[in-house]
Amino acid sequence: MLRYLLSRLITFVPTFIGVTLISFAFIRVLPGDPIIVMAGERGLTQERYEELVQRFGFDQPLWQQFWDYLTGVVQGDLGNSFVTNRPVWDEFFTLFPATLELSLCAIIFAMVLGIPAGVIAAVYRGKFFDRALMSTALVGYSMPIFWWALLLIIVFSGWLGWTPVSGRIGLLYYFDDVTGFMLIDSLLSGQDGAFGSAVQHLILPSIVLGTIPLAVIARQTRSAMLEVLSEDYIRTARAKGLSSGRVNGLHALRNAMIPVITVIGLSVGTLMAGAILTETIFSWPGIGKWMVDSIFRRDYPVVQGGLLLIALIVMLVNLTVDVLYGLINPKIRKR
Amino acid sequence: MSLLKIRNLSVEFATATGPFRAVDSVDVDVEKGEILAIVGESGSGKSVSMLATMGLLPWTATITADEMSFEGRDLRTMPGRERRKLIGKDLAMIFQEPMSSLNPCFTVGFQIREALKEHLDLDRKARQARAVELFEMVGIPDPERRLKAFPHQLSGGMNQRVMIAMAIACRPRLLIADEPTTALDVTIQAQILDLLTDLQKDTGMGLILITHDMGVVAETAERVAVQYAGQKVEDQKVADLFDRPHHPYTSALLAALPERATERRLPTIPGVVPGQHDRPRGCLFSPRCKFADDRCREVPPPVQPRPIGLARCHYPLNVPAGAEEERA
Ligand SMILES: Nc1ncnc2c1ncn2[C@@H]1O[C@H](COP(=O)(O)OP(=O)(O)OP(=O)(O)O)[C@@H](O)[C@H]1O
Ligand SMILES: [Mg+2]
Repeated sequence: MLRYLLSRLITFVPTFIGVTLISFAFIRVLPGDPIIVMAGERGLTQERYEELVQRFGFDQPLWQQFWDYLTGVVQGDLGNSFVTNRPVWDEFFTLFPATLELSLCAIIFAMVLGIPAGVIAAVYRGKFFDRALMSTALVGYSMPIFWWALLLIIVFSGWLGWTPVSGRIGLLYYFDDVTGFMLIDSLLSGQDGAFGSAVQHLILPSIVLGTIPLAVIARQTRSAMLEVLSEDYIRTARAKGLSSGRVNGLHALRNAMIPVITVIGLSVGTLMAGAILTETIFSWPGIGKWMVDSIFRRDYPVVQGGLLLIALIVMLVNLTVDVLYGLINPKIRKR
Repeated sequence: MSLLKIRNLSVEFATATGPFRAVDSVDVDVEKGEILAIVGESGSGKSVSMLATMGLLPWTATITADEMSFEGRDLRTMPGRERRKLIGKDLAMIFQEPMSSLNPCFTVGFQIREALKEHLDLDRKARQARAVELFEMVGIPDPERRLKAFPHQLSGGMNQRVMIAMAIACRPRLLIADEPTTALDVTIQAQILDLLTDLQKDTGMGLILITHDMGVVAETAERVAVQYAGQKVEDQKVADLFDRPHHPYTSALLAALPERATERRLPTIPGVVPGQHDRPRGCLFSPRCKFADDRCREVPPPVQPRPIGLARCHYPLNVPAGAEEERA
């Protein structure tokens, strides 16, 4: 197992360098000079401009810039933001809990609805529920996130007034970050209604972000269950006189979870992409919004470092998924 | 009262190319403590008829029967909940493929204790003790350790022993063994069969043994039913069947055995079992039967009375004197 983990970690190296290169190149092909953008309306003198160019190293050849960046990254230095001058690393970890909280809630929402729906659809294949679910999933899958978010906001915030439109918690509440997770911190603060407010703020963004994973998980669960249900060991389980709940929910689902966990792992990438839009729409102070803002500001170190860290997270999630396989089905560990 | 009594069982599958009748008016009788062998070529509906009895067929199957009772209780009208109390307890089945018949995600111990938990009122410790006892009964060495193994860590023979232990866990009255040795090495096959017949003797349960193996039939069974293309074509005591087969198909099977009964596999007869689309109008065996005439080809044959082995044939062979009158 350990050897397997190590060999997987080594395959990270080329991916890592690739991602670094792409993120480095990506931001530089965008039109717009970061120094001019930073200066904004006021403009700046030629002298000041030259000075800044030198300070950020833009006078060096590109390959030199990349090399400096890469050596920094390897030593754990992602550089400082042009705008705030704080280390990218620090900014990332201040904002990351907000994104993690939102992503976790979204994926939990997707799993809690998607897995049972997929199981039921498979068990009653071809029946009304199955057809209804599969066509809904198709709609959910192809729904433009932006439009879906606006629709939900109009209905639930606008017409019904049930949920707030933006932010992580009501303005009434203020307390210090302890964990960075609003649900936990609001409870720790002990303020009346703080937790409720945090939950209310999470609902719409979680639904919006979780919609595509929900559709993917429901479809994958259904097809994996259909395959597993025709296996011999399911017949054996039924031959024992077990209830259909136990046969479908334990014997079949456990086996069907392998491909489902795969798509959950893969959807982390989608989730990160979705987080950028969702956070922007709901003014959610997470890394998605941070990245978008940084792109507009041409904040090179933040965009580069942010992309790199996101890629790293996706890779780590995929590794975790691989480890989970072995825990669910021990046969897979034996390769 | 017979243990299992089935009259006129038919199973039809809805397939992409139309309905397919895999089992066609089959009767089955098993008495308490009896060993019944069912033989027939591949695809003759042996498994399907037994799966229908267990209620394990997929939803594409339509089952019809005039009677289907276990110890006098009607299986057709029994509600699902009642039936689940019966299945796995009084009526158990082991399958052709031991390797794929156990769930790869759970230890074999879990899977056997689960059966005990479902039907018997035992606490955790008693279940473990019973599981160990069962593993000893089926000849699995070092049971405590093996109970913790996953199916893929055991050999095919071991897995089949686990399946047998699981099937007999709640002391069934009737055990259906569907080709329990087909997937195993020849050396293991004999061990598993001995195990099954020993268990049958010790517990007095009824045993239905589905097999391709005439040698096994001769050695173990008391009665044998021959199936062909979904129909039962003959049903006799084993000794009588080997002496005086009444159906030409049985006769051809026996004649093709080089030394009768010692051959391991069911011999082949020229031609193939009719499939879904080439079923003859009359007797299903007529295209391969050397005695067939126009009547055989046009008119489905009747079932002959018991003295003529319930043969499904217009012109049964070896008809004993006296039996002819009964027919007329
Ligand atoms: N689920 C199913 N759907 C459609 N047809 C089926 C299904 N299960 C079995 N059949 C068909 O029913 C027929 C009888 O199958 P069955 O498994 O009972 O044969 P068998 O006598 O057990 O053969 P074998 O000796 O190979 O096990 C076969 O032609 C098979 O293709
Ligand atoms: Mg079979």
